[in-house]
Amino acid sequence: MTEHTANDPRPPAPEQLGGDPQDTPAPLHPAPGHTVTFRVSRSSRGERPHFDTFQVPVEPRTTVLDGLISIRRHQDPTLTLRHSCFHASCGTCAMRVNGREGLACVTKLEELGGGTVTVEPIANAGALISDLVVDMVAFFERYAPMGQPLVRESELGPGSRPAEGVERLERFEDCIECGICMSACPISATDSRYLGPAALAAAWRVMSEPRTADPERAMALADVDHGIWRCHAAFECTEACPSSVDPAGAIMRLRRTAARRRLGGLLSGTRSNR
Amino acid sequence: MNQAPGAAVPAHIVIVGGGGTGAALAHDLVLRGLRVTLVERGEVTSGTTGRHHGLLHSGARYAVSDATAGAECIQENMILRRTAPGTFEENDGLFVALTDEDREYGRRLVAACEESGIPSRELSAEEALRLEPGLNPELLWALQIPDGTFDAMRLPLRWFATAKHNGAVIRPFTEVVDVTSASRCVTGVVVRDHTDGRESRIAADMVVNAAGPWSEAIAAMARVDVPVQPSPGVLLALRGRLCNMVVNRCHPAADGDILVPQRGLTIVGTSSWLVDHPDDLGVPEDHVRAMYDEGAKLVPAVRGAEQRAAWSAARPLIGGRGGSTGRELSRTFECFDHARSDGVEGFVTISGGKATTARAMAEKTADVVCAKLGIDRPCQTRDVVLLPHTAYYLS
Repeated sequence: MTEHTANDPRPPAPEQLGGDPQDTPAPLHPAPGHTVTFRVSRSSRGERPHFDTFQVPVEPRTTVLDGLISIRRHQDPTLTLRHSCFHASCGTCAMRVNGREGLACVTKLEELGGGTVTVEPIANAGALISDLVVDMVAFFERYAPMGQPLVRESELGPGSRPAEGVERLERFEDCIECGICMSACPISATDSRYLGPAALAAAWRVMSEPRTADPERAMALADVDHGIWRCHAAFECTEACPSSVDPAGAIMRLRRTAARRRLGGLLSGTRSNR
Repeated sequence: MNQAPGAAVPAHIVIVGGGGTGAALAHDLVLRGLRVTLVERGEVTSGTTGRHHGLLHSGARYAVSDATAGAECIQENMILRRTAPGTFEENDGLFVALTDEDREYGRRLVAACEESGIPSRELSAEEALRLEPGLNPELLWALQIPDGTFDAMRLPLRWFATAKHNGAVIRPFTEVVDVTSASRCVTGVVVRDHTDGRESRIAADMVVNAAGPWSEAIAAMARVDVPVQPSPGVLLALRGRLCNMVVNRCHPAADGDILVPQRGLTIVGTSSWLVDHPDDLGVPEDHVRAMYDEGAKLVPAVRGAEQRAAWSAARPLIGGRGGSTGRELSRTFECFDHARSDGVEGFVTISGGKATTARAMAEKTADVVCAKLGIDRPCQTRDVVLLPHTAYYLS
């Protein structure tokens, strides 16, 4: 085990693991002095953004989020960014890294192919507050009214069945409300009234598994000019989603449902429920 | 000056720290009629709170070593299910015995659960495998208990949302740079708003330090000491739901002995060591390997699972500096009234504890705050049903 000093952030080996410490290879450490250049979008309230450049020390495991936190801690404490869970579950650290949307906490520097790392806030999800922080109001104004419950029915493992007295197993929705789909969507970029992929995907989830939500209300909110019919099927949202939600697929399924309902209405001579 | 009861303007409390404890405390205090401003240096839940594995404790993990902590957990578990409906994966949990030693611990666990009031059901290996086919087929026995899973950020967001709705001011990206005082009485804080760089003073009738592992630094600004020992642990997020229930190893809490399913991920936790400062924790590779090795003993699919993320979080444990790993420190919480401990009025620190008991920590702290201000209003957070987490962004 390495010796520990007050300046050494490395922890001792975990306890109670047994075995000879000699068996454990030494932790990976970077070549001394290895750094990456970060270009980070900066702005104060209402100011036009500019870029600041920082050199950030990196290790094999360093993520974009680690790099930004290191900048804030050691170089510029005024840098503002959102983060919380560090494992792609909360959705707060959505950013544009080298022009592409992603979660900073699971974007490793070594996967970016070297060179300068340019970090900008996501677009279209709300007003820029400062630096990388976006006020997510535009996102939640569209998403929240769909009423998608946080909990859904879980898939069961092969041969698994719920415990006695429990009707079904549950799990959280895939959508982590990060805004990446809105940022990547070419329609959201040009039409501020467009509901956007996340809200429409939530509407489809409510249609498929309403739980406490009202599917007819969700359908009525989605089946409008600036809803499912505004999408140009670019599939950028599904491509960018870090959590396998497939918003574009959801929009296509909502369209088919809406079209079928209208057709049904025409055939039976009743009014469309649009 | 502290506000007299029944005065026209309610007392103003500044809470430092936007984690789960601060969130629950803001919610509690506004329900008791106080004015509340909460400041957090980053986004809310960006410290320890957001990084935890999301276990809603049944209390079984502590029942053998600390019956009080076990009872506290099951009580809070039930209160949270009632006040935050729709926030939990209510799939229960298992304690899995793999060795004779585990099985022996299991006998003590059954008795301890009964003593702490934690409902439990003993399962044969076959019964356990029917519930969780991914378990190590060599298991000897399992105990089913009401563990659950929650989203580490979205439960506190419901407290924040409800507190905001009731008038609390929540200020993320606002860092405390000084605590002001006069004649050994804290009078407020000086904050820097990082979104515009402006510094300002916020006057307070009382300041509550809820900064978790950073609370020692905040206390130092008020020239008092709190014995908080930051104790980080490593967690892994693996792709895929390798289990639907929480899976615990049936032995005293140790490294890599719990699997918590969450969304399409499985979280493996955790290790434990001690640091002087809660920033710059790093993720040691040997701890990551330990999570894989120990986790795979419970659910063999862990070994081959793709790593989505590995990270560290610092627990704010109480006291006992000079230990080695933090496992010997209690998971309980403590509320320090610095008028009693240091002769400094108007300043209270809440620290320790765990996410499951954040509401209880807030209740006890709000009781202390109200008693100091001479206010006699009962806690309502056991019954008030919380707004949805999305309301936080829209209020």
